[in-house]
Amino acid sequence: MSLLSLVLVNLGRNKRRTILTALSVLVALFLFCALRGVLDTLEASIRVGSEARLVTRNAISLIFPLPLSYQERLLTVPGVRSVSYANWFGGRDPVDQSNFYAQFAVAENYLPIYASDIEIVAFDRPQVAGAVPPGVDPKLAAFMNERDACVVGERLFNRMKWKLGQTVPVSGTIFPGTWTFTVRAVYHAKNPAMNEEAMFFHWKYLSEKGMGGQGQVGWYVLELSDPGQAGAVTRAVDALYANSAAATHTETERAFQAGFVSMYGNVPFLIGVIGLAVVFAILLVAANTMMMATRERTAEFGVMKTLGFDDGTIFRLVLVEAAVITFGGGALGALLAKLVIEGSDFNAMGLLPPMTVRWATVLVGVAIAVVIGAASGLVPAWQASQRRIVDALRRVE
Amino acid sequence: MPIPISYNVRNVIQRPWSTLATTIGIALVVAILIGAFALASGFQAALVETGSDSNAMVLRTGADSEISSGISLDAAHILNALPDVAPGPDGRPLVSADMVVLMNQPRLGQEGSSNVTVRGIDPPSLALRPRVKLVAGRMFAPGSDEVIVAQRIARRFAHCGIGDRLRFGQRDFTVVGQFTAGGSGFDSEVWGDNAVLMPALNREGAYQSVTFRMRDPSRFAELKRRLESDRRLGVEVRTERAWYAGQSRLMSTVLRAGGILITLIMAVGAIFGAMNTMYAAVGQRTREIAVLLTLGFTPGAVMLSFLFESVFLALIGGALGCLIALPINGVTTSTTNWSSFSEIAFAFRVTPAGMIAGLIFAAIMGAFGGFLPARQAARQSLAMTLRAG
Repeated sequence: MSLLSLVLVNLGRNKRRTILTALSVLVALFLFCALRGVLDTLEASIRVGSEARLVTRNAISLIFPLPLSYQERLLTVPGVRSVSYANWFGGRDPVDQSNFYAQFAVAENYLPIYASDIEIVAFDRPQVAGAVPPGVDPKLAAFMNERDACVVGERLFNRMKWKLGQTVPVSGTIFPGTWTFTVRAVYHAKNPAMNEEAMFFHWKYLSEKGMGGQGQVGWYVLELSDPGQAGAVTRAVDALYANSAAATHTETERAFQAGFVSMYGNVPFLIGVIGLAVVFAILLVAANTMMMATRERTAEFGVMKTLGFDDGTIFRLVLVEAAVITFGGGALGALLAKLVIEGSDFNAMGLLPPMTVRWATVLVGVAIAVVIGAASGLVPAWQASQRRIVDALRRVE
Repeated sequence: MPIPISYNVRNVIQRPWSTLATTIGIALVVAILIGAFALASGFQAALVETGSDSNAMVLRTGADSEISSGISLDAAHILNALPDVAPGPDGRPLVSADMVVLMNQPRLGQEGSSNVTVRGIDPPSLALRPRVKLVAGRMFAPGSDEVIVAQRIARRFAHCGIGDRLRFGQRDFTVVGQFTAGGSGFDSEVWGDNAVLMPALNREGAYQSVTFRMRDPSRFAELKRRLESDRRLGVEVRTERAWYAGQSRLMSTVLRAGGILITLIMAVGAIFGAMNTMYAAVGQRTREIAVLLTLGFTPGAVMLSFLFESVFLALIGGALGCLIALPINGVTTSTTNWSSFSEIAFAFRVTPAGMIAGLIFAAIMGAFGGFLPARQAARQSLAMTLRAG
């Protein structure tokens, strides 16, 4: 009889206990992998931005605007190919205050910068004939030629059950009043990291209606002719405005995005701590089971030793049994986490990229399960192998 | 007749290792539940306690945070002269028109940066907000390039020590003092003189909020109606406490819900563990149970007894979980409040309510884990058991 078949027979002896233990390991590994997935997703959202683009904002913080007049001057900085800009609008759904989605007021040349990340999947025909500026997707003709038109993400469009040509009311918080936007096009994010629950509308409309014609820009996006020059351009731009009323802070788009993640402060660390506690808790559950399982078989081990099984075999037998239980539960739990988390479609209202549980995480989970199994079987296995035959046989249940 | 409780207690003590493993598993679940609640309570408390019921807070209609609000200088003057404003000890009205902005500062000892709230205040502000107390250095001199910084912020962000300089626009401001604010939201702010900060930051056109002490807080409803219908103002009025409670709602709900979700999943695992232990307990005592039944204890009493044993085991775990969670009380942590887009430093707050919730949760886990094994114990066939023995 081989070791493995012995292990299998032993597992089947108390099926209920085996299944209960495997289930508790399953739950724990599910949770562990799910939490890791959340952390990895946060981490991944740091890397969504491009390193070939720079973002220039007010040095004090993002809530301070920059003058529109900077655009011309930024264009003259060597290494800058084009300059666009956008504002955070921060409006609310007037019907349901808790329904949040991002709105951005963007310059004419803003969407073309992201042409490779988005794809227009639905659009209206232009109401009036008008030329589309060079570089702009012709599908956006209706959007470009209408003052209060907007382009919305596919997810948002579907969630709100909007239709093309529909007028959407938004109540402003930073720019007070009720605003209405007409949906003229829908984009699909080809880059999964791109927010598909956002609304883009004309910066000019915001300026005319919300700022009394003033040119205040939330942030500038700088396209570089050579990404290798990012450092030099950053220094050149910030030096340009170092002593002006509105000093600038320039960084790569990736670093800009990472800034939002770092605002979570200690929360990711806390999630990590919880993950560890979960692992420790299952270790105890598994260890308890293995101790129970070996204790009730003490006499049996005595018989096996009498028959000639050596200490090492007994030791391996208990250890492998523990590892098989936790491996089964752990592998299922880790896979379940991958399926559930990735199927959940949760993206924090577009603020996070889609949740993913990486295969590496699944593997780490399974490895942890096996190690836990082995660790929990260690003491019982050693006890079983070291007990003298006389003692083992003498012990009465 | 019920089976004496001492029977169960002895049994639990009889199997120390198995008891320990089960209770620690439950204890960890309970500790995490209490910890998550402590996080949410601490966050909520930091904001809710910022506000007083006797202060009224005025913001522009529709503004959902101070930074998106704006109160014109004219409107601020009108509010300043209201007869409803209580006078301070010096006879001047207790009112402060605040300028509120965010500054992005690098964190200390951690990568990245975050938004710190900078508040430009009027002189009556300290009397208006009695929680704020200077603990080091001195108050900024009116009309000077000086600021005071909350101690919790000074520990977490660069350039916030006494003597350090913070740059706003084209002017450098010197940190001259540090204050605490009793765990409230002001504990995450930098304060300076309005008259100097506003021009330095190009914010001369408008304040963000006006806060004043009400002469008669019981007439708040009438005051609110009157001010909100005043077309010159275009404002919404809340008590200071209600405003800050609203600012904490989103985050504390998210933190609490996340904590509950995680503990529920963990609890399922712990229940499986408890079931294992209880099945083993029942299995080892088959003959004992048969004797109990022969002696005339009803199957109902046997079931109740084992269910109690399981709940008892879980409650030990719950109590242990409370002990594990206690040391985090008072530990400060921080995150961004997405309602205001600014950093909030706050302390974990382990509350009696949180601990009771943890214990109740433990008892429920014990009841779930013990139900099936207890039923099995009660249902076993007498004849079969005794014969097999």
